[in-house]
Amino acid sequence: MINNSSSSYTNLMLRILLYIILFLFAFYYLLPLFVMITTSLKSLEEIKTGSLVSLPREITFDAWSVAWSKACTGIKCEGLKPYFWNSIFIAIPAVMISTFIGALNGYVIAQWRFKWSNIIFALLLFGCFIPFQVILLPMARVLGILNLAGSIPGLILVHVVYGIGFTTLFFRNFYVSIPVELIKAAKIDGANFFRIFWSIFLPLSLPIIVVTVIWQFTQIWNDFLFGVSFSEAGTQPITVALNNIVNSTTGVKEYNVDMASAIIAALPTLLVYIIAGKYFIRGLTAGSVKG
Amino acid sequence: MFKWLEKNIPKIVIAPSFFAILVFVYGFIAWTAWISFTKSRLMPKYDIVGFIQYDRLFDSPRWEVALNNLFIFGFLFILIAMVLGLIIAIFLDQRIRIEGFLRTIYLYPMALSLIVTGTAWKWILNPGLGIENVFKNWGFENFTFDWLINPDYAIYTVVIAGVWQASGFVMALFLAGLRSVDQEIIKAAKVDGVPTTKIYTAIIIPSMAPIFLSAFIVLAHLAIKSFDLVIALTGGGPGYATDLPATYMYTMAFSRGDLGQAASSAIIMMIVIFSVVVPYLYSELRNKNDQ
Repeated sequence: MINNSSSSYTNLMLRILLYIILFLFAFYYLLPLFVMITTSLKSLEEIKTGSLVSLPREITFDAWSVAWSKACTGIKCEGLKPYFWNSIFIAIPAVMISTFIGALNGYVIAQWRFKWSNIIFALLLFGCFIPFQVILLPMARVLGILNLAGSIPGLILVHVVYGIGFTTLFFRNFYVSIPVELIKAAKIDGANFFRIFWSIFLPLSLPIIVVTVIWQFTQIWNDFLFGVSFSEAGTQPITVALNNIVNSTTGVKEYNVDMASAIIAALPTLLVYIIAGKYFIRGLTAGSVKG
Repeated sequence: MFKWLEKNIPKIVIAPSFFAILVFVYGFIAWTAWISFTKSRLMPKYDIVGFIQYDRLFDSPRWEVALNNLFIFGFLFILIAMVLGLIIAIFLDQRIRIEGFLRTIYLYPMALSLIVTGTAWKWILNPGLGIENVFKNWGFENFTFDWLINPDYAIYTVVIAGVWQASGFVMALFLAGLRSVDQEIIKAAKVDGVPTTKIYTAIIIPSMAPIFLSAFIVLAHLAIKSFDLVIALTGGGPGYATDLPATYMYTMAFSRGDLGQAASSAIIMMIVIFSVVVPYLYSELRNKNDQ
């Protein structure tokens, strides 16, 4: 008896320790977010005299309004607002087009196999893994030739082209588990390629559409390399503008504005994560552990 | 005619993607490879002259720093993120009541842009107002933490921020792996009185080898492509102390106007990535076809 109760006592202590450790980890992951939020609500005066980890003595939203509409990104001082909209205008069409193409491709590769379909899939898949540095130079030239250099349609094109590898992979892995008998039966009933896609496969696809849209949106919203390489002064996405605000060397360093800007840039993907985290994680793991 | 169309419609649907990938991925890689064997500077030249650019690259002290940094950063980033991810996954696997909630916290950094992560850590690690100041306020008068501006240590700040961003994701991969281990074997071991630590080290972890491989591939891939994080956190500095191949390539392409160097460094990056990814993809695809 004594032995038993002492071992259950140790067990309890171990569990408490376990929870403490897990909360310490949570603390570690949350600390940067906490610091960002509190810093963005402080005045510059308080930042310079106070401590990084203290709560603001006096909450002020000045830094937020500067970040949104007045902060300088280079020569212009209009805040993040125009760049926020640039990112929206890039991300929404690029996500929609690449998801749609991926759905059709996945449908063909998984259900309408032909002689070369597996090779085409392998070629598409390889494209997901190249370092984009290797296509930057020719892409810049081709965008120039197409008269799309530095434009938002140019960036949409780039994101679509280098997104279809992943979107095809997602849909292919989803459709491959649907038995081919389904298509055979539908064909006997006289349905054609598009009709089967439209009225049988698409209605089944809601979960994978959500996964793909979230994945693509996060990728494109958070992209920096394409944004910085293929945009010009008025067409930059928000990540490029954020980096310009933070690293601008003119004037006084306004850390609170930097932090407010960073939160604004992070907010859309963070919201998506909070609302649909399950699908976000499925995309992440599907992208790495092949469905 | 109509019959032909109907028979070939899957091919017609996938053809645009196929040709896009052929041009924008494989054609572009070929173009970059070609340029890397020429004397191109500001404008591309197409006469092949051999390995001049690669000789220049490997004679360049800056490239040497970039490669060294890649190995330091890659090694530490992968190692720490895997160890941390595994520890958290095992702790979370102990029937924790608020597992879902904690998982959400551990994983949210993956939803952020690396520019946001870099901006946040740049502020936290700020010598003067950041962590250093916190410790000074706590009474450690002589505490200094200037890694961000110290050429010998700045690369480790990239590791700190990178691990913070990616370790939650590794945790999610490992947690899924832990859950997929055959529960019957674990039960049997428990009945036999095998201690929990032994169950982990002798049964569960060895059976997770494929997950370790996937995590390694994903992290290695992230490390080699790392660009945004360095730009936002250190800008490659001080000097070029935190240059990585990706930032080297970008500098050569867009600030120095040295196409030959940009192309040859991009090709080296691709070779490094493919030497990690190709064997993995090959075995994955072969396994799939065997099934």
